Amino acid sequence: MKVLVTVKRVIDYNVKVRVKSDHSDVDLNNVKMAINPFCEIAVEEAVRLKESGQASEVVAVSLGPQAAQEQLRTALALGADRAILVQSDEPLESLAVAKLLAKVVEKEKPDLVLMGKQAIDTDNSQTGQMLAALKGMGQATFASELKIEGDQAVVTREVDGGLQTIAVKLPAVVTADLRLNEPRYASLPNIMKAKRKPLETLTPADLGVEVKAHTKLLQVEPPPERSAGIKVADVAELVDKLKNEAKVI
Amino acid sequence: MSILVIAEHDNQRLKPSTLSTLAAAQQIGGEIALLVAGNGCAGAAKAAAKAEGVSKVLLADNPAYDHELAENMAALIVSLADGYTHILAPATANGKNFMPRVAALLDVAQISDIIAVKAPDTFARPIYAGNAIATVQSLDAVKVITVRGTAFDAVAAEGGNAPIETVSQVEESGLSRFVAEEMAQSDRPELTSARVVIAGGRGMADSEHFHLLEKIADKLGGAVGATRAAVDAGFAPNDVQIGQTGKIVAPELYIAVGISGAIQHLAGMKDSKVIVAINKDEEAPIFQVADYGLVADLFTALPELEKAL
Repeated sequence: MKVLVTVKRVIDYNVKVRVKSDHSDVDLNNVKMAINPFCEIAVEEAVRLKESGQASEVVAVSLGPQAAQEQLRTALALGADRAILVQSDEPLESLAVAKLLAKVVEKEKPDLVLMGKQAIDTDNSQTGQMLAALKGMGQATFASELKIEGDQAVVTREVDGGLQTIAVKLPAVVTADLRLNEPRYASLPNIMKAKRKPLETLTPADLGVEVKAHTKLLQVEPPPERSAGIKVADVAELVDKLKNEAKVI
Repeated sequence: MSILVIAEHDNQRLKPSTLSTLAAAQQIGGEIALLVAGNGCAGAAKAAAKAEGVSKVLLADNPAYDHELAENMAALIVSLADGYTHILAPATANGKNFMPRVAALLDVAQISDIIAVKAPDTFARPIYAGNAIATVQSLDAVKVITVRGTAFDAVAAEGGNAPIETVSQVEESGLSRFVAEEMAQSDRPELTSARVVIAGGRGMADSEHFHLLEKIADKLGGAVGATRAAVDAGFAPNDVQIGQTGKIVAPELYIAVGISGAIQHLAGMKDSKVIVAINKDEEAPIFQVADYGLVADLFTALPELEKAL
């Protein structure tokens, strides 16, 4: 079984995001970048499938600027066999990424595509579902458990109010939720080894995809500030305030 | 303009998120059709007919739509999409699952998780865990949108009298099938629509101590939530996780207990109307967003609070 796993280069989740003063976007200059945490979980799951003998090859794919090679090297250090970068210096919308990935899927013919459930920059949670739709594949989003059983994936999903288990025919797209696994740290020898693993660079034109904008970002603002209120001395004062001042109980 | 709204329901009733999504649709303006798809969902369609602002209900009642599997739901919605300028669904686990599929099949973008309608083609949505708000204009003829329920005041559930049309075509992809589900049983209100939410963090120290929160929730008719740290530590199940990667809540009253106030958690609750923080660490960042802060040991404060209510 061949597994394709996607990784997105995003702002490190520990970094406090700041909006540019002209409100055109958030400021990503000189900001620490990293693998999107959900993509990291997807990579870990793919590598575990290989380690358990269920997957024969793990191919990591990223779409973005040349610098996204760093995130692909991280995926290689975590255990992916080779990597593909679809290089684009223009920001890519989810639909464009899905169309580009659809072409990579046609080329690579994976049995399973593992992706993160959302990227922590745009918080869209779209690309996996879009890719599945474009390729006519089944999908299992927000996965907390994945089992491969013959020609199907049995996936437990995090849904509102609990867990749902579905079986989806392979090839399929599975998107990782937080509890799917705990990603390992890349060891130094593996980081060194990753530098020699193959990394192929393609362009949207190579894949025959014309990237078109479907949305326009008009402005980005900081969220409304919430100011700190008061400290109450004890529970009695708290209950009094909630009853008589805020009137919420 | 003509809007198709996809209902979230439990076969008998509409979920509150549907009423909030209808409110967003009303702000866009135009005729609103409400699709109720499921298996044995005629009761929900009757409820849908009464919701404010609905001009017709489309009822797709077939085993193919049981558990709202994404492949069949998306195919159904696409088959009905002709003539609509907007397709809206609540940004719930279901809506987030099938709507991007709809968008891709229609070759349009999806605008996820909107919190405001600026114009019929322009919407505000949080990005970077709510640390920035983007205003996005759709350039597509059909706008596919998911709606953050807590950002819109629900329309009235009663008063309407829309006709119900039956959708006869059946979309069965055969790509996926339902196996099982394990739903939390609770008499408390749903977390995302509860008027009061009391949530515990790592400071709760143990899953047993969540009973202290449950007792207060029951007195206030509220729901119990948890931070990711508390979920990761095994104190609470993941479906009650509040934050960037969990549920987004905006109740009248939010009580944060033993919660430090990580950015990822604040993203899920900072739009609450009144925030109370109980924490023994007076430097905890949660106090910077709390209307009422109580610096106290939660194990003494919670029983006192329960008694005082």
